[in-house]
Parts: sequence; C-alpha cells; structure tokens
Amino acid sequence: MLAFIIRRFLYAIIAMWAVSVISFVIINLPAGDFVTTYIATQLATGNLILEDEAESLREFYGLNDPVYVQYTKWITRIVRGQLGFSFEFNAPVRTVLAMNLLNTLLLGAGAVIFIWIVAIPIGVYSAVKQYSPGDYIATFFGFLGLGIPDFLIALVMAWVIFDTTGFLATDLYSAEYRTAPWSLAKVWDLTKHLVLPVVILGTAGTATLIRIMRANLLDELKKPYVTTARAKGLTEWQIIMKYPVRYALNPVISLTAYILPFIISGSVVLSYVLDLPTIGRDFLRALTAQDIYLSGAVILFSGWLTIIGTFGSDMLLAWVDPRIRLEDD
Amino acid sequence: MVAGSQTGSQSDVPGALVHDLDAEDEIEVMSQRQLIWRRFKRHRLAMAATVVVAMFYLIVIFSDFLATNDPEDIEAARQYTPPQGLRLFDGWKPDLHVCKLVGTRDQFLRKVYEKDCDQTVDVQIFARGYEYSLFGLKLDWHLFGVNDPVETAEDSIFILGTDVQGRDLYSRLMRGTRLSLLIGLTGIFISLVVGTILGAISGFYGGFVDNLIQRSIEIIRSIPTVPLYLGLAAAFPADWSVERRFFAITIVVSLFAWTELARVVRGRYLAMRQEDFVTAAITAGASQRRIIFRHMLPSFYSHIIAASTLNLAFMVISETTLSFLGLGLLPPAISYGTLLFTAQNVQTVALAPWLLIPGVFVVVLVLSLNFMGDGIRDAADPYGS
Repeated sequence: MLAFIIRRFLYAIIAMWAVSVISFVIINLPAGDFVTTYIATQLATGNLILEDEAESLREFYGLNDPVYVQYTKWITRIVRGQLGFSFEFNAPVRTVLAMNLLNTLLLGAGAVIFIWIVAIPIGVYSAVKQYSPGDYIATFFGFLGLGIPDFLIALVMAWVIFDTTGFLATDLYSAEYRTAPWSLAKVWDLTKHLVLPVVILGTAGTATLIRIMRANLLDELKKPYVTTARAKGLTEWQIIMKYPVRYALNPVISLTAYILPFIISGSVVLSYVLDLPTIGRDFLRALTAQDIYLSGAVILFSGWLTIIGTFGSDMLLAWVDPRIRLEDD
Repeated sequence: MVAGSQTGSQSDVPGALVHDLDAEDEIEVMSQRQLIWRRFKRHRLAMAATVVVAMFYLIVIFSDFLATNDPEDIEAARQYTPPQGLRLFDGWKPDLHVCKLVGTRDQFLRKVYEKDCDQTVDVQIFARGYEYSLFGLKLDWHLFGVNDPVETAEDSIFILGTDVQGRDLYSRLMRGTRLSLLIGLTGIFISLVVGTILGAISGFYGGFVDNLIQRSIEIIRSIPTVPLYLGLAAAFPADWSVERRFFAITIVVSLFAWTELARVVRGRYLAMRQEDFVTAAITAGASQRRIIFRHMLPSFYSHIIAASTLNLAFMVISETTLSFLGLGLLPPAISYGTLLFTAQNVQTVALAPWLLIPGVFVVVLVLSLNFMGDGIRDAADPYGS
C-alpha cells in the first residue's frame, strides 16, 4: 500500500511539473514580452512610463535572464503565492482570482452533485431494465448530451426560457443583489440563477457517467453471486442494492476526477455565453487582452486541480477496493 | 474465435478445405474485411449515420454548386431576413418556389423586408448564379436558384434567412461545412500519423519508452482542453492569414486527439501479440514485417477507423467552440464556429433564431459520427455477436 501511494504521489508531482512547463510556454508564446505590452497599454491611457522604469520591471520579472532561469523564478514565485499582476484588471492576480472563486466553486460543485444525483439512479435503472423504453430514452439523451457543444445547449436553453417566461437566465445575481450583503433573499436569488448553468454543465458528464454505470452494473448482474443471492430468496431490490450497485460504484469514484477537466472546460464556455461572474469569464477576458499572468495562472491551476483530483480519487479507490492496491504492488 | 483467426484474404484458405458452401461455411472463408462489413450492415443506426456523414462530405465537395447566393455578398438593407423556406408544391402541383420578400419602410424609415406568401418567386433547378471553380473548372451552375443576377432582395432567395450583414445563411452554411470538415480531416491526418507511430513504438518496445509515452499521454489528458486550447489559440497573432490560422488551429485541436489513437494502437498491439494466429505466424517463420503488416494490422485498422471517427466529432466540436469564443478561426473565414459567432447571446438569438441553424448541422454531424464510430467499433470486435 505504501509503495502504491508513493508511486502515485511521484506521478502526480511529475505531472504537475509538466503542466507548469506547458503553462509557462503558453505564457511566453505571444510575440514580445509583456512589459512591452504593458507599456503600450499605459501609453494608450496617457500614462508615460520611463525607460528605466520599464527596465526595472524587466529586471524584476527576470525577462533578461535565460529561459530556464525565468521558469525557475516564475515557478518559485507561484509556489510562494505570488501570482503576478493582472494588467487587464489592474489588480494582483490573486485578488482577481479570489473575487469570483466562490461563484466558480459553487458552479463546479453543483455540477458534480447534479451528475451524481441524476446519473447513478438512471444508470442503475438502465442496467436493471435493459432494453426497456426507459433505457432507450436514457441512452438517447445520453448521446444527445455528448454530441451538443456546451455553448449551444446554453444558448438554446437560455433562449427557450427567455422566450417562454421572459426570465433572462444570465449572470448569477439579479442587479439589486449584486453588491448587496449576504441575506436569505440573496441566497435564494443565487440559487434560482444557478439551476440552469448547473444543469447545462452537468449534462455531458451525466451522459458519460450513465453509460459507465450501466455497463459496470450489467457486467456485475451476470455474475454467479447474484444468482446465489436470488436462490437464497433475497428480494430483487436487496440483491441489487446490497452487492452489484456497491461494486459498480467504484469506477464512478475514479470517473469523478476524469470528469473534472470537462467541468472546468465547460464552465469557461458557459460563463461566456451566460455572462456568469466566474473565473472562467475573467480567464477569457484575460486571453483576449493578452493578460498573460492571469491566463497563465488559470491554465496552471486548472491543470493542477485535476491532477490533485485524480490523485485523491486514486487513493479513495485503493482504500475502497483492495484489489486495486494489491494489483499494482 | 473463427473471426479472429481469419485475418488474411480468401487466398490464404487452402482450396481443399472449401467444400459444400452453405451459409455457415461461408462465414468461415470470409476475409476479416467482409466479416466486419457483414456485422456493420446489421447495425441499422450506424448505417443511417454513415449515409448522413457521406452527405456532409458531398457538401464539402459541391458546396458552391449547392449554394444559391455568393456567401460573401453583403447588403445591409436586408439584415436579419427570416428564412423563406423552400416550397416544393403549389397545392398539389409540383412547383419549386419561395414566398416573396417585400420591402417596406419601418417607422424610422429604414428598409425592412417581410415575407409575403401571396406573392412567390419561382426557383429553377440548375440555375445560373455567381461564378466559382470546381476541380479547376470555372462554373456558374447551381443546383437551384434564381436565374439572371438580380439586383434587389425582392427577387432573390434566402431559404435560411440572412445574418446581421445581410449575407445568405444557407450559402454560408454550405461553405462553412467545407472548412469545418477540412479542419477535422487535416486534424485526423495529423493525429493518425503521430498517434499510430507513438502507439506502435510504445507497444513494440515496451519498458522505459512505453512508460514515458503513456505517462505523457496521461498528463496531456489530465489538462482541461478548453483553457489549454484557448491559451494556445490566443497566442497566435490576429493578423495571421486565414490559411496560416487554419493550420495553427488544426494543430491545436489535434493536440488531444492523437493520445486516444496512440492508446488504441498500443492496446490492440499488446492484445494481438498474445493471439494464436500471431504465434502461428511466428512458428511458420514469417518475418517481423510480414507479421505486423500482413497479420496484425488488418485486425486493428477498423479500431483505428473507429477511433478516428470519434476524434473527428471531437475536433468539429473543438473548432466550433474555439471560433464561437472568437479565438479560433476568424472572419472572413467561414466555418460552423464563425457562423455561430454571429449568435453570441440570448438577445441576438431571440431576435434571429435561425442563426442557430448551423448548430443543428453540428449536432447532426457529431451524432452521426458518434453512431458510425460506435458501429464500426462493435463490428470490429471479433468476439461480438
């Protein structure tokens, strides 16, 4: 078990290093260093920047150093929590990220919970009642959810809701609550606005999870122990809930980590279409403005988050299912 | 097992064994390809999906022939004209026509067009229209349309309506299909080359190299695609030419796709190595090269085709999403993504819902590719029923 944990932990560290290199490359791809860009934007707004001030900025960010030194300085600062300065928002990247962190987490967590609540019962139903009309309907919607780009579902659903009820499902807060202190009314307002994004974000993941849950459970239901349990006179409900479902849930644990990148990807697109105040929206704004420190930080952290998530679910799976940790030793 | 062991063509089966062919025996002498085709044909949904995909490719080749108006033709006065639709019958009499657009002035004295179904515009089959080139030939024939170049919107047809600049959505959709599918095809080619080579190396050499490639694939797959793609796409200068941007975006959308192929190739290769027929070939003294190309490859190229089909669907979605966010292809390039770019928010969609029609094309194409890919994969499984 210890060897297993150590090996997985090393993989995670290497993966995090690789992601940081990729993020660093992306940050440095645009032509010209960002101090030049910064000076240009400052000039455009009428602020003069003296040449020696620019030089001291270059010195501070180490732009005159060789690439590997730049990378080392950059990653050391990141690990220490100094994420750089966002020129687009005119604030430290940390402040910008913290601003909409809560909304982003609410959206992501809501989507994961939605996926679990919807996909697991439907998956169980589809497997137990294989080839029933309900199974076909679930499969059909599953394919539909996989085949439609997130932004298209968002646009169509928001339009249909707007057209039928006149409720404009954009943003996460109504105008009167946006800056108001937290109250019960504000929480209710937020909940109303969260429903649509959570459902849309969860759709694609739900489709994947239903298919996996169904396939796993179908495999389990064919096993001899199910026949034994049936011969011993357990009710059908007891048989299914007590053994096969519990076993079929194992891969679902690892799948939640697998779904995480899709949720992050989806939330970026969704925030843009529905104008949700999340990190995803800030990220897109940063990208179009070539605000590299902010966009780089988002790419880096979304990658790291998934790696940590995968590591966590690996551990959870090994803890739940002894065969996995034994197999790997 | 019968299916799995028959990998060569029919000539591999000694003639003496072929006796008294009834239906059961016929299967035994079928080549791998025939067996897959036989199973695939039984999969009705996959067959239908294949027909749809084939139709999309016909659009790619004949997009200008199918179009009715010049896709670049701008006319501000006819912005947001609703779809005229194409009517095939007048009562019971076959007659191709559309409702006429009648121009009126609104309260601000702006010209607006409204549909008036009391008047009609006749539509000809094989009409002459704008000039285009097909296989190097200069042509001006179109499948249907209105003869003679027309000056006013009253006499022209916009069967799927127009966008904010008054350009014909239907004709633009035909062009957009071409670019979106070309991105997918070029991307498939790139991922096929990279994926099969790295997958084969991984499976063939094993050990350290295998470990390195597999871990890299895991890392690439763990990064959320949209932030990564967007980050890369945003780094391309906006003043790049359409062609240059096209290739850059193609490479970006292939970044993720090759990993799936490499995994499939490696997985099949490892599974195949244990098969009896490979051992038999080794025992019979076949060369390494012959074993790989003659015996092993035929039994997994259907898996490669299946993975490529699913990848194509993923690439079409990626391109559409990138361009929709304004970071993929940029106008004047016409693709599904840039077409949907005009339907940016709920307000625009409420005003001109037909701008979402390209989205319908995307969904139909992606679903068809998914069904087709699933069908091929099922048919390629020698142990399937």
